[in-house]
This record gives sequence, C-alpha cells and structure tokens, in this order.
Amino acid sequence: MVETLFKPGHTACAGCGQAIAARLVIDTAGKNTMIANNTGCLEVFSTKYPESSWGVPWIHSLFENCSAVASGIEAGLKYLGKKDSINVIAQAGDGGTADIGLQAISGMFERGHDVLYVCYDNEAYMNTGIQRSGLTPTLSNTTTSPSGSASIGNPRPKKPMPEIAAAHGIPYVATASTGYPQDIQRKVKKALSIKGPKYLQIHVPCPLGWRHESNLTFDVAKLAVETGLYPLFEYENGKLIPRKIAVIKPVEEYLKVQGRFKHLMKNPEAIKEMQAIADANIAKYNLRPEV
Amino acid sequence: MIGHLTSKPGSSKANKTGSWRTELKPKFLKKNCIACKMCVLICPEGIITGEGKNTFDCDLAYCKGCGNCAVICPKKDIEMVSEIEKGEK
Amino acid sequence: MRQFVEGSHAVAEIVKRCRPGVISAYPITPQTHIVEDLASMVANKELNAQFVNVESEHSAASVVLGGEATGVRSYTATSSQGLLLMAEVVFNIAGLRLPLVMTTANRAVSAPINIWNDQQDVMTVRDSGWVLLFAETNQEAVDLHVQAYKLAEDKRVMLPVMVNMDGFILTHGMEVLDMPSQEEVDKFLPPYTTKYKLDVDNPLTMGYLADPDYYLEIRYMVQDTHKQLLDIIPQVAADFKKAFKRGEGNGLVEGYKLEDADQVFVAMGSVCGSIRDVVDDLRAKGKKAGLLKVISYRPFPKDLVAGALAKAKEVAVVDKSISLGAFGPLYTDVMASVSSLGAKMPKMSGFVLGLGGRDITKKSIMDTYERLSGKQVDCEFIGLKKELLVEDKLNG
Repeated sequence: MVETLFKPGHTACAGCGQAIAARLVIDTAGKNTMIANNTGCLEVFSTKYPESSWGVPWIHSLFENCSAVASGIEAGLKYLGKKDSINVIAQAGDGGTADIGLQAISGMFERGHDVLYVCYDNEAYMNTGIQRSGLTPTLSNTTTSPSGSASIGNPRPKKPMPEIAAAHGIPYVATASTGYPQDIQRKVKKALSIKGPKYLQIHVPCPLGWRHESNLTFDVAKLAVETGLYPLFEYENGKLIPRKIAVIKPVEEYLKVQGRFKHLMKNPEAIKEMQAIADANIAKYNLRPEV
Repeated sequence: MIGHLTSKPGSSKANKTGSWRTELKPKFLKKNCIACKMCVLICPEGIITGEGKNTFDCDLAYCKGCGNCAVICPKKDIEMVSEIEKGEK
Repeated sequence: MRQFVEGSHAVAEIVKRCRPGVISAYPITPQTHIVEDLASMVANKELNAQFVNVESEHSAASVVLGGEATGVRSYTATSSQGLLLMAEVVFNIAGLRLPLVMTTANRAVSAPINIWNDQQDVMTVRDSGWVLLFAETNQEAVDLHVQAYKLAEDKRVMLPVMVNMDGFILTHGMEVLDMPSQEEVDKFLPPYTTKYKLDVDNPLTMGYLADPDYYLEIRYMVQDTHKQLLDIIPQVAADFKKAFKRGEGNGLVEGYKLEDADQVFVAMGSVCGSIRDVVDDLRAKGKKAGLLKVISYRPFPKDLVAGALAKAKEVAVVDKSISLGAFGPLYTDVMASVSSLGAKMPKMSGFVLGLGGRDITKKSIMDTYERLSGKQVDCEFIGLKKELLVEDKLNG
C-alpha cells in the first residue's frame, strides 16, 4: 500500500473534516506535487516546528497569498522546464480564499496559471476561534455573528465563490464534500488532468466550530449535500454538471445536529428561510433526480 | 548563522496523538468487513490500513478516538469500546 | 561599455545580465521604466525569464517569493505605496531566508500623495532583515545590483538585498556610465544553486509555525548574519573591484575629505553628490568640511561610523526621511553608534531635508552647515516655507 503523503501525528481536532480532505487531496495528487498553503487551521496543525506532516514540498507564506506564491512556483517550474511533470496546488480555508485571498486568486485565474486551487470550506475563520467569514452560511452562529436578542446569526448569504471562479473563464470549477470522499478523489484527479487554473471547494465539517460530535463528521457533511444546502456540481469549460441528490432531505435534519444552528430550531420562519435557500440551490444546479 | 530553515517531511510521526484518547477507541471486529475501504478514506489521521476482507486495523499510537470509522462502516464491523478493557486498570 | 543612459534603463540592463528566471512587478511611479524595459527584453527574447504581471505589489512580492522558493533567481522593483503594501511579504522573504534582490525607487509616502523622491518608503521595512544598500549615482546603482545577487546568494548569507536609488533623481536621470558586459557579469555571478528549495526529489517544509520555544533563536540567527555581513560586504566589494576595476570603498561607508574634517555631513543616496560639491566649496574657503556616505544602512556599520566621526567637532546627519514623533532614522542609528565614543562624542545634530521631492540645493546644504555652529538640534527641518506654515480655520 502506498504510504500517505499527509502523515499522522498532526494536531488537528479529533474528527476534523479538513484533515480528511487534505489527505485525500495530496494522496490523489501524488508525490510530484508542490503545495503553497495559506495561514489557517491546516497550516498550523500540520507544521508546528520541528514537526511536519507533509511528505511533499510545501511552503507557507502568509494568510492571503498562496495563489500568488503558487503562481511564482509555477513560473519558476516553467523557467526550469519542469512544469509538465509537477502539480502545483494552492490551498487555503474559506476566509483565506473568499475574503482576504480574493485579490490574489482572481489574479491567478486571470493570468491562467496551471495551478489547482483547493478551498477547504468550514464556513468560518476556525483557526482564530470561529469568526464569521464571507462563506459563513446564512443564519449561522459564529463569534462575530452571534445570535442574540437583536440577531439570529449571520445575516448575509454565502459568497458564491464557485461562480466567481467560473466567471473568470477558467476550465474547471467544482464543489465537493467530506461526505463523498471518492468524489473528492475523482475531482482532484480530473482537475489535475486539465491545464490551466482550477478551483475546487470542499465542504469540510468542523466539530468544534459547528458544535457537533466528533464522530459525525461524515454524516453532517453528507446531510449538507442531501438537503441541498451544499450543492455539488462541476463547471467544465463553463458547462454545468450537477451531482444529483438521490433522496432530498429537509433542512431540519442537517440543522438540528449542529450547535451553530441550535438557535433556529424553535424559529419556524428561520427554518423556512433556510429551506428556501436549499430549494433555490436545487433548482439552480438542477439537483433533483430525473423522474 | 543559518539554521532551522525547514522541517523534515513526515516528522510529525514523532507526535503520538493516541495519547489524546480519553474514553473510547475503535475495535475492528474483522467478522463482517467487505473491504469497502470507507474507514480508510474517512479517518482524519489516515491511520487505518488493510487489504482484503477482515484485514483492516488502525494504528492506536495515533488514533484520537473521533469515532467516524465506527459510524461509517456499512457492516457495523467497527465498534467504539472503552479505553479501559475489562480486567485492566 | 560606456553608455549615456537613463538610470532605470541601466538598472533593467544590469538586471537582465544577472539572468533572473522569474520577474514580477506592479507598476508604480517612478519604477515603471525598469519593469517596462524588462518586459520588452523578455518579449524580444533578449532575456529568458517568466514575466508575471500581477494585480498588486503584495502579489508581486509573493510571486518572486515563490520563484525563489523553487530555486530560481528572481527580481522585482517597487516604490513608496507599493513597498508599503508588500511590506508584510518583505518581512516574510527575509524570515524565509530567500535571496531575492529588489530595486526600490525611493519615493515619498502618502498621505498626502506625492510621487517625488525621498527615503521614507524604505524606512518602513528598515527592521525586516533585508540588506539595505543605497546608491549615490546610477553607476553605483548598476554596480550594487550585481553585488546584491552575489551577497544574497552567498551560502553564509541567504538574505534578500534591496538596492535603493532615489526616485526620479537617479531613475530618470541621465548619466554616462560603464555597463558591465554579459561575460563579465557571468564570470562574477555564477548561476544560483541551492538545496534549500521546493523539490519533489527532496521534499521540505518551508514556512512552519515556530512557537516561543523556537522563535527567539531563529530571529537571533538573522541578526547574527547581519553581523557577519559587515565582513562579507567588504569582501564582495573587493571582489567587484578586482573584476571590474571600479569602486574604491569597502561597500559599507565611503569618506570624502574626511580625514582631517572638523565638520562632517552624514548622508545616504544621491544627496551625497550635492554634499560633495558643498564640501569642496567650503574647503576652498578654508573650512575643514567632510562627508561620510553610508552605503549599507542595514547592516548598520556602527563601528566604522563611530571611527569615522571620532575626530570631528560637529556632525550634521542629513535624513531624507523622518520617524514622525521622533527623529530622522539615520540620525538615530548614527547616534546609537557614536554613543560608544562616550565623552569624546562630537556635537551631533540631526536635519531633515528634501521630503516629497523638495529640491536639496547647495544653499540648503550650506544652511545646514551654518546651523552646526549654533544650538544643537536633533530634528531640524531645513527649507521650511514660512508662508505655508498657516493653520486651517475649518474647525474654528
């Protein structure tokens, strides 16, 4: 059996969805891969000196520049005539991608670098203590969008990062989920077979931040997809390829297992709002199975 | 002076995170396993190995006891059992 | 080969001859001619390099960081706001011990916005760990770029080097200078090789998290390398002189009519040229004036500075920048250095000139000289227009 390139001994929380996804990504990409990683949970729990979990060349610079560093790595490899045999991956969390990293990722897309960008979406700034990001879902309770007497959590919709990526005209955009690990592998493999910028956004549950039991990582991720709240799809050269939902579940099943949505459970209006978001996703991405 | 430029690949293996477990650890029954490898895919530590039915096990030196493997196994062939086995202190 | 050429074009030409493989920059006045030239050279196959047009300076610095991380010699240039925007990356590059070379076309900082020359921009990254060299002339700027790569990539150094040249004054000034040939540069500057790089055959982790148990020593190591640089810079300067038959100094400081000087100016950059003229005028009048030019601001050659000023009676430190709320930065470094002279310290005065491109004339330098016989000052602005020092009545 091939040894994993993301070694154990890292200090991720028990049940961390990002650890699962990061390992699947690099093991699929293989040892001829270089990674530029933004600041965040993954970087912190995998490289506390003198220990490192990474079995491939890996560099961390700052919070918002993995796309630009990856662009530079790609340019360096092109100069050395080695780019064709080496994968370059830029990876970051949701905040590092859609907020502080948005400028750099847009530049990388626009310049057409041959880089796979992976966004590990746990829907908040988890490493710094569960603060709201641009990808925090509507009505979610975070420390900077808490529910209270004057608030029912994050008032804004998720920034449509996959659409923003697709709008740059890049050849491949996809969403994936820890609830579908083989799908992550398939999409990473597919992305790396395509030349040019690729964007892959993986939904990764965070037991600590989402307030669910550590053994429900897989189940919670699966529920997000099955309710339609986290649509799985690909844009291949702009053409939408949905992953249809076999059995669509009501949003309550997903919300009720997470403490970050607890404040909504006695609020039928809020549940209706969440259901409307799920329904809109199902319609927009054509997720309903053919009859 | 130039030093501490990098850390060695895979050096995290020196950190035995198995010490994090407090209550439960996984027990691979090796009775009903169909080698679907879902447990291998889902383990956040990546420490479940095996090839072929009823051969799968995990490296308890690193297992943090999250319990995802037991939940995901379609044949219920993994059980979370107490850290303290019967008869042990 | 002797050429009559604009400073920026000369810098682009010498950078080309240093054979960088990754170039990335964002346009900002007055650096633009340098990067435009390099883009043209790449487009016409005069230079084999990846030229990456980026969406901000923060990304420009990050791209060349990535290039250096793959073991490829890289280059960028910026000024003022661009340097401030990339400041975070500048510190990061030094901390990662990557041997990048960058040109800063020194320019004033906002607000208010001002595109003309002073040295405030580089002072914002003074503490970053970069080697900071200052050119007085375009010839020196050309020569320093070649030495910069040699220094940065030295296995004992592994730190980035910044060549500072005064914006417009040098970048857009025309000068007759001697351009080293490609063969001469190749002989002086071998290709960059390193084991410290991203390589799939030898994977490494770069940019790890260092907790309090490790950070202090790692920082100390950079400080220690700067101490060693006080010997290495003169070595490289001597090697340069041997190869190119040019450059008299030790690469750290240069004295002009210093040996018996009673009054000494201390300054960095192009203003030294004007100060030399004033020193000559004063000498003609029987006044024993001299100039101590600082070339290496970081590492700061404190012992050489103290030694050079030990016999002077009065010293005028001329700053083209200001640490608002305190003193000129060069003044603070010079003061810290001469404090080792104890009671034998000369009468030290600090002056601020030329901010925002205000012309530094021979008259303003003479004014500075005249002040030396008066009350001691530590941060005196020279050339203030009294008619502009009026207050607004906006808030009553």
